Amino acid sequence: MSVQAIHNERIDSETGKLGMWIFLFTELFLFGGLFLVYAVFRAKYSADFHHAAEELNTFIGTLNTVFLLVSSMTVAMSITAIQKDEKNLALFLVGLTVLLAGLFMLNKYFEWSHKFEFKIYPGSEVLKNLPQGELLFFGLYYMMTGLHALHVLIGMILLLINIVKIKNGTVNSNHYLHLENSGLYWHLVDLIWIFLFPLLYLIT
Amino acid sequence: MNKEGSHISSYTSHAVVLIALLALTAISVAATEWHFGAFTVGVALLIASIKVATVIINFMHVKHESLFIKAMVSGVFALFAAVIVITFIDYYLR
Repeated sequence: MSVQAIHNERIDSETGKLGMWIFLFTELFLFGGLFLVYAVFRAKYSADFHHAAEELNTFIGTLNTVFLLVSSMTVAMSITAIQKDEKNLALFLVGLTVLLAGLFMLNKYFEWSHKFEFKIYPGSEVLKNLPQGELLFFGLYYMMTGLHALHVLIGMILLLINIVKIKNGTVNSNHYLHLENSGLYWHLVDLIWIFLFPLLYLIT
Repeated sequence: MNKEGSHISSYTSHAVVLIALLALTAISVAATEWHFGAFTVGVALLIASIKVATVIINFMHVKHESLFIKAMVSGVFALFAAVIVITFIDYYLR
């Protein structure tokens, strides 16, 4: 590769990452707005929020935090692997990240189903008869964890595309911006959960 | 061959960061058992902020990025923190 080509490659990579970061900032402020709504209502209806948050299972929340933290490490390691041209290891690590994301979603499925069994879901009669603060808590809980779960699904799709790209060689030790940007997206999913977890599950 | 000038983080460094993050999670869960009264939310958010900074700096490779990306990321997160803190202060002092 000529010096000029390497130089252009660096600029492309830098610009590509810059674009991804700007997109991530918009995502940050999307969730930031929800955090603020949560904070204000929590201050207004602290007793109701305290009571409603006790319905959430701290163990499931903690387990999901561990899944996301480990998956953040595996995706970061996959970039190291692709840089070192260790293709099979990179494939394994991205695959492991998708698996951990799947486990997160499975946990979320059980958690939501459990609440649905008790008729706690948006618009249900049980929820409508709860005090105003608890109604707001569950509304925000479903909105925030639902929007986050949607991001987890999108992240899984992006990572699966990377598996295909690594396999066919489009993502390799010289061109791995796609994997880096998908990794950045995946880390954002983790960052949002790092805030959601204490706000919803721990502060009771 | 790798892209010239790109930093390659070691597997070990990523594993160390994960251990630190898991330890902070454990502290965060344990902290709910000790009651800090009005500071409970503050303690939980402080630990969360340390975890977020750790992920951004290490896993998101910001420490090896250009000065421009470093400045932009820290600037936007500082703005984000300011928006949250100012809203809280405004709300509590009403």
